[in-house]
Amino acid sequence: MTVESVFPRLEALLPHVQKPIQYVGGELNSTVKEWDAADVRWALMYPDAYEVGLPNQGVMILYEVLNEREDVLAERTYSVWPDLEELMRKHDVPQFTVDAHRPVKAFDVFGVSFSTELGYTNLLTALDLAGIPLEAADRTEDDPVVIAGGHAAFNPEPIADFVDCAVLGDGEQAVLQITDVVKAWKAEGRPGGRDELLFRLARTGGVYVPRFYDVHYLADGRIERVVPNRSGVPWRVTKHTVMDLDEWPYPKQPLVPLAETVHERMSVEIFRGCTRGCRFCQAGMITRPVRERSITGIGDMVEKGLKATGFEEVGLLSLSSADHTEIGDIAKGLADRYEEEKIGLSLPSTRVDAFNVDLANELTRNGRRSGLTFAPEGGSERLRKVINKMVSEEDLIRTVATAYGNGWRQVKLYFMCGLPTETDEDVLQIAEMAKKVIAKGREVSGRNDIRCTVSIGGFVPKPHTPFQWAPQLSSADTDARLAKLRDAIRSDKRYGRAIGFRYHDGKPGIVEGLLSRGDRRIGRVIKAVYEDGGRFDGWREHFSYDRWMRAAGALAGTGVDVDWYTTRERGYEEVLPWDHLDSGLDKDWMWEDWQDALDEVELDDCRWTPCFDCGVCPSQSTEIQIGPTGKKLLPLTVVNK
Amino acid sequence: MQRIRLRYTKRGRLRFTSHRDFQRAFERALRRSAVPMAYSAGFTPHPKVSYANAAPTGTASEAEYLEIALAEHRDPEELRAALDASLPDGLDITEAVEARTSGLAERLQASIWELRLPGVAAADAADAVEVFLGRESVEVERRTKNGVRSFDTRAAVASFTAESPATPATSEQANRSDGAPCAILRLVVRHQTPAVRPDDVLSGLRATADLATPVPPEVTRLAQGPFDEETGSVADPLASDRTAPSRAAEAQLSGSA
Repeated sequence: MTVESVFPRLEALLPHVQKPIQYVGGELNSTVKEWDAADVRWALMYPDAYEVGLPNQGVMILYEVLNEREDVLAERTYSVWPDLEELMRKHDVPQFTVDAHRPVKAFDVFGVSFSTELGYTNLLTALDLAGIPLEAADRTEDDPVVIAGGHAAFNPEPIADFVDCAVLGDGEQAVLQITDVVKAWKAEGRPGGRDELLFRLARTGGVYVPRFYDVHYLADGRIERVVPNRSGVPWRVTKHTVMDLDEWPYPKQPLVPLAETVHERMSVEIFRGCTRGCRFCQAGMITRPVRERSITGIGDMVEKGLKATGFEEVGLLSLSSADHTEIGDIAKGLADRYEEEKIGLSLPSTRVDAFNVDLANELTRNGRRSGLTFAPEGGSERLRKVINKMVSEEDLIRTVATAYGNGWRQVKLYFMCGLPTETDEDVLQIAEMAKKVIAKGREVSGRNDIRCTVSIGGFVPKPHTPFQWAPQLSSADTDARLAKLRDAIRSDKRYGRAIGFRYHDGKPGIVEGLLSRGDRRIGRVIKAVYEDGGRFDGWREHFSYDRWMRAAGALAGTGVDVDWYTTRERGYEEVLPWDHLDSGLDKDWMWEDWQDALDEVELDDCRWTPCFDCGVCPSQSTEIQIGPTGKKLLPLTVVNK
Repeated sequence: MQRIRLRYTKRGRLRFTSHRDFQRAFERALRRSAVPMAYSAGFTPHPKVSYANAAPTGTASEAEYLEIALAEHRDPEELRAALDASLPDGLDITEAVEARTSGLAERLQASIWELRLPGVAAADAADAVEVFLGRESVEVERRTKNGVRSFDTRAAVASFTAESPATPATSEQANRSDGAPCAILRLVVRHQTPAVRPDDVLSGLRATADLATPVPPEVTRLAQGPFDEETGSVADPLASDRTAPSRAAEAQLSGSA
C-alpha cells in the first residue's frame, strides 16, 4: 500500500497561514525514504510548534538512529498553529509529516516526545487531526501504536488513556528494540492483532503499556495499588540507559531548517546525567548516572557537525556543562580550532563559581561580553541547604566580582519561589543578594552602568525526586511572595534601578503541578481542556488557567480536586502514581533525602565522594563514566586550501 | 577584494521561504562550502552579502539577485556549482558573474511575472485584463505595518496579457493538470515606490473586473532587470558585468597608460 502525499492539498492552504515555510519540510540533512521499502515506519513528534520542536535533540537523535536502518523509515511531525489547524479541519487535511507529507495515521508507530507536561493537549490535537481515536481503547489495527517518551513519560499516568505505551529514559536503543518487535509481529502476519503487539512490547520490561495495569483507589482518593492485569507483564517497568556516549555520536547530521527556530546552533551533548543532587531537579534524578562523552569524541562531533550544517555557533549541552572533567581543555581546544572561522561557543547550564567565569572568558575571547547567567535557585543560605544547591553567598559574590572585573556588564540570577519550607524571609533575601551583587559590581568595575537581572519561576514538585512528597505553594501565595520581593527591589533607591526583575504568576505552575503528579483520573481533565479549545499550553498567549479550572470540574465525584494533587503533602506510606515505573532511584533513599532536606542537611556528589546508595547503578547495571582521558584537542589540519 | 553577483531561484515548495529564511540558509551554505568571505568590521563581523529586491514570501522566482564580497579570488562558475550543491533543491544558484560595474540594484527596474490562476477560464482572465488595462488608475488597498494603505496599481503595469496554458511549467503543476481550466497571465511591472506586487495587481483585477480566484494563484518572477520603455523588454541585469573589462585588465590598462 503506497501512501499519498497530502502536500498538494496542504499547499493550497499555505498562502493563508503565518510562516508557511515551517510546514514544507526540505530541511538540510532531512531524509525521505521510499514508503514501500521500509518494514517499520515511525512518525516522530515534538508536540509544540516547529520553531521549538525542530531543534529538539531527542527527536533529532531518534530520527537519525532510526533512518540509519535500511528497514526503517522515520519522519517528523510538529504541532500546527491554530490558523492552519482550522483550515486543515475545514479542508479535511490530516496531521502530516514534514518530510514527505504523509498522513500520520498511516505509520506503524507514532512516537511523541514530552519535555514538559504542557504538551499534552497538543498530543490530543495531533491525534484528532490525524484521524486516530483519542482513547487508546478505541484504536484498531489500522492505527499506529502511540508511544510517549521524554522526561514527562516518567509519569505518563495522566495520559494513560491516550497513549498505548510509554518508554522511560534514553531512546537510542529503545526505539531499535521496539522496531524489532513491531517488525517481527508484522512479518508473522500480525498474529493476535493490536493487543498481541502491545503485549509483546510490554513483555520486554522496557515498554510501559498502561492498559495492562489496573489502578485501585482507597476510599479517601489515594491509590491503593497498581497491578498488572495479565500474566507475563512485569510488575515494574524499567528505564533505559545508554552507556558509552562515544558509541552514539548523534546527531551526526543535524537538521538545518529554513524557518527560524529557537536554537540556531550545532549542539553536542557533552555528558548525560547529573549527580549534583539538587532535590528539585527531575532531570538530574532520572538521568543518573553521569556518562561523559570523551574530549576527542566531542571534538569529532563538532567538526563533522559544523561541516554538515554551516552553523556559526556550537552549544555544549548537558545538565551542568562545566562539570565535565575536561571542560577546560574542551573549551580552549574548540576556541583555538574555530577562532578564525568566527564560530561562537556557548555553554548553557553552568554552576556558580569563579572557574565558570574563566570558562566564559575563554568562550568569548573574540566576542562581546554581554551577560552571564548563574542559578543559585534559593534566595537564602538556609533554603539552598534544603534544596541541596551548595552555593554560599560568599561564592556568589566572589563569582560576580570576577565576572564584572572581566568586563561582563550584566549578570542574570535564576531563582525559584515556593520551595519546601520557604518563607517570605527566604525570598526577600533574593533582593539583598541582588543589591550586594550590584554593590560589588560597581566596586570592581568602577562603573555605574552594570546590571543584575533576577529571574524567578514557581517551583513545581516532580515525580522521581526527593520533593515528590512536597506540598506545592498555592498560586495566590506565590503571587503574594513575589509581589513582596518586587516591592523590596523597586523601593531601593541606591540599587533598585540596576536590578531587573522577571517573574511569572503562579497559575501556570499549578496546572503543571496537576499534570506532573497526576494520576489516571487527570486524563478526563486534559480531554475536557482539549475539547474546550485548549492548545499550546506552554505559550502564555494560548494558556488559560480558567479553562483548566473549568475542566477540573470533570473530577467531580472522585473525591479529589486540583488542591489535592498540588498543595497536598504526601506521606511515606502513600502509593504514588508512578511507583510502578522504575527510574532506578530507591524510594527509601529518596524519602531519607527528603527528610534531610527538611533538616537542612546537604548531600555531596557521588562523582567525588563514596556512593550514597541512591540505588540507580546497581538496579540498572550501570556505572559512572567520567574522564579525564588526558587527551587534548589538536589543531585541525587544513585541507582544500 | 573580489565581488561576485549571483542569480538564484525560489522554486516549488521553497517559494514559501521568506527573505530572512533565505538569508540564513544562504549564509550557512557559504560556511559549508568554505567560501572565503570578506567580513564587515566591528564587534560581530558579518559576511558581506548584499541582497537586491527579493520576491515576497509565497511567490516563486527564477530571477533573484545578490552580491557577495570575497577575501580571496575564486572562479565564479566553480563557486556557483559549490553553493548550488550546498543549498536545498528549489533554492538554486543559476548564474555567477564577477562584478565589474556598480549599481546592480539600480538596474533592477522592472520584473516579468507569470501568474497561474487554477480554476479560472482563460477567456474570463483575458476579459478582466482588458478591463484593467482600460482604466486610468486602479486603486487597491494593502495591509502594511502602518495600517491599511491605498495606492494605484495601474501606472506601474507596463504590459499585461492573458494566455491559455500550453505546457505546464513544472512537474508538480503537471501532476495537478486534471483538465480543470487554468489561465496564465504575463505581467510586466515597473519597480517603483510604493512597490506594486503581483498580488496587488490581482486585487486590482478583482476590484475592476470582479475576477475571482478559487484557488491561490501561483506567481513566479521570470526575470527582472533594466527596462526599455520603447520595446517594453526587460534585459539581463548582469549583461554589463559580462561585457565590461575585468578589474585586473582595467588596472593593467590604467597602469600602462
